[in-house]
Amino acid sequence: MIEDTAKAAREADSPQSIPQPSSGTPLLRIDAVIKTFGQFRAVDALSLDIHAGEFFALLGPSGCGKTTLLRMLAGFEAPDAGRILLDGKDIAQVPPHQRPVNMMFQNYALFPHLNVRDNIAFGLKRAGMSKSDINARVSEMVALVKLDGLEKRKPDQLSGGQRQRVALARSLARRPRLLLLDEPLAALDKKLRESTQLELMELQRRLGLTFIIVTHDQQEAMTMAGRIGVMDAGRLEQVATPRELYEAPRSRWIAEFVGDINLIAGKLETNGEAYPAMARRIAIATSEAGTVYVAQPREPLTKTDLCVAIRPEKVKLSRRAPASDDARAINRLDGVITDVGYLGGMTSYKVKLDSGAVLRSSMANTARLDLDAYSANQRVVAWFSPEDCVVLEQ
Amino acid sequence: MSAPSIFTRPARLAAIGPYVWMALFFLVPFLFVLKISLSQTAIAQPPYMPVFDVAEGWEAVETAFAALSFDNFRLLGSDDLYVLSYLRSLTVAAISTSILLVIGYPIAYGMARLPQRWQAIAMMLVIVPFWTSFLIRIYAWINILQHDGLLNQILLALHLVSTPVVWLSTDGAMYLGIVYSYLPFMVLPLYATLSKMDPALLEAANDLGASPRRAFWRVTFPLSLPGIGAGALLCFIPIVGEFVIPDLLAGSDALMIGQTLWLEFFTNKDWPVASATAVVLLLLLLAPLLLYDRLQRQQLERT
Repeated sequence: MIEDTAKAAREADSPQSIPQPSSGTPLLRIDAVIKTFGQFRAVDALSLDIHAGEFFALLGPSGCGKTTLLRMLAGFEAPDAGRILLDGKDIAQVPPHQRPVNMMFQNYALFPHLNVRDNIAFGLKRAGMSKSDINARVSEMVALVKLDGLEKRKPDQLSGGQRQRVALARSLARRPRLLLLDEPLAALDKKLRESTQLELMELQRRLGLTFIIVTHDQQEAMTMAGRIGVMDAGRLEQVATPRELYEAPRSRWIAEFVGDINLIAGKLETNGEAYPAMARRIAIATSEAGTVYVAQPREPLTKTDLCVAIRPEKVKLSRRAPASDDARAINRLDGVITDVGYLGGMTSYKVKLDSGAVLRSSMANTARLDLDAYSANQRVVAWFSPEDCVVLEQ
Repeated sequence: MSAPSIFTRPARLAAIGPYVWMALFFLVPFLFVLKISLSQTAIAQPPYMPVFDVAEGWEAVETAFAALSFDNFRLLGSDDLYVLSYLRSLTVAAISTSILLVIGYPIAYGMARLPQRWQAIAMMLVIVPFWTSFLIRIYAWINILQHDGLLNQILLALHLVSTPVVWLSTDGAMYLGIVYSYLPFMVLPLYATLSKMDPALLEAANDLGASPRRAFWRVTFPLSLPGIGAGALLCFIPIVGEFVIPDLLAGSDALMIGQTLWLEFFTNKDWPVASATAVVLLLLLLAPLLLYDRLQRQQLERT
């Protein structure tokens, strides 16, 4: 059984399991693009391929360069160096009004003097379409984003959600090869944001379009995107599926940026020992949790200064130690609960280990009545499987 | 108890303030002027009749009012002098406002696109001329434009002309003076509108296939119409009644209504006709004033 989970974990890490977008030339190729503002390098020799039909999210803290990158794709900024190939053609220096790319702006940037219909028709008129074609396309777009009956309203007579729809319809009306969305849902409240996320995904799939969304909200990126590029200081730290990003972060920075995580620093003790009925293990000596066993990572380790990363939901708590006392099968740590945070669907705990380090654990509240719930000051055993750990080089 | 009000007593008093001001310093003087405009001139002190004294009782007031007539207004309609003055004032104001718009718009547009810290400096530069007395600035222009003035000296020195050109006492000089004096009134409201505009709107227009020139005409220009309206009226209305600039810079063959009014009042000592002229001028300006008020109200509703 342990062998099975180890296999599954390896597969989650392996490149084959990442749904690779259709091969061949990518729709968009960003090639070693650099953008500098004064002394500040906003985008630093960044390369990225995006294939037709992808829903790609650029995720990162504010100031990481994701918006600058998006603005270069739209044409509002010109790269200092590098190429931006759309369908194999370099568009890096093409002005925005001549690009087959459209953008949905963060605060929608609807034209306040034009009604819904004229806002949507703005790009179509510029494209020189005939009046009847424009009317047909506007009706189609209005129906697509469910704005029927509001065509004559001005933007200031619409709710936030309706404005968001107009902005979407306007940016889709020209049928762009690539749609850029700059924090498209940031201005909506939580409930509306969640339903709109699903609608956007549905729309993207149905129309077969390519979306690049910029967001600082990892939940949003995880929900919607097929692939996520995490940016920091002008570079892509990792490009991966949401699952891989969460379960196999490539660096300590990514591990900490995406979701919650426990990090235990240590040194390599033994590497790649084979044990009967178990996947290969490596042992890491830590000052906070003694020797921690983790499954051997796919990539060979190059350093001995390591860090064990384990997500809180993978740390289980029990009153007694689990049956197996073989640390190579299950890591066990004794401690005292110091904090209990009830969040509805789950409860998060802070456990102070006997070494003094704090380990976080979160467990789903699968039953309505839990007479046996843990409380503060209770002694517990925190345990986790070596397969659930990720080894990161320091 | 009466319906609860969100206004406290001082707030209510403050709200009445402007109305009291308008009544005391606009409505009451206007009623005086209106009454005088319906009187006849007389060689007396004051130089018109009938005059009444409220102390003499209600009957005296009644007889005085019975003696009022519209003769002065009829005179304004029958004599070319007045009609031509009105027409000239409206024409000069319209042409000046157009020139101001053509010059002021690019200035305001440029200011609004400067980096933030430069905008304050540009604003100062627009306002700085106000620190010098208006009359001194007009006299400075006389100095520049006169026969042996700075302009002619430069032109002669550069051999661009062989004899001094007549600049002063021409319509050209008058327009120069008006445009120079009123430029801030055009630039500031335009700047206010343009600087408030979200630059993302222009990016959105570009993104949707509009060239920068197109984006200007489809987005920037229509959105700046309230500023254009405010600037135009802020200039047009006072220029119609302008007296000093045409008197000092223009020739004397055609008069603006302000000059005619001055002549009637101070030279002819015909207070009633001067008052009638003023009343008609006010009625003429009422239309653009009401328009301005409506624009302002629309602007308020939008924000």
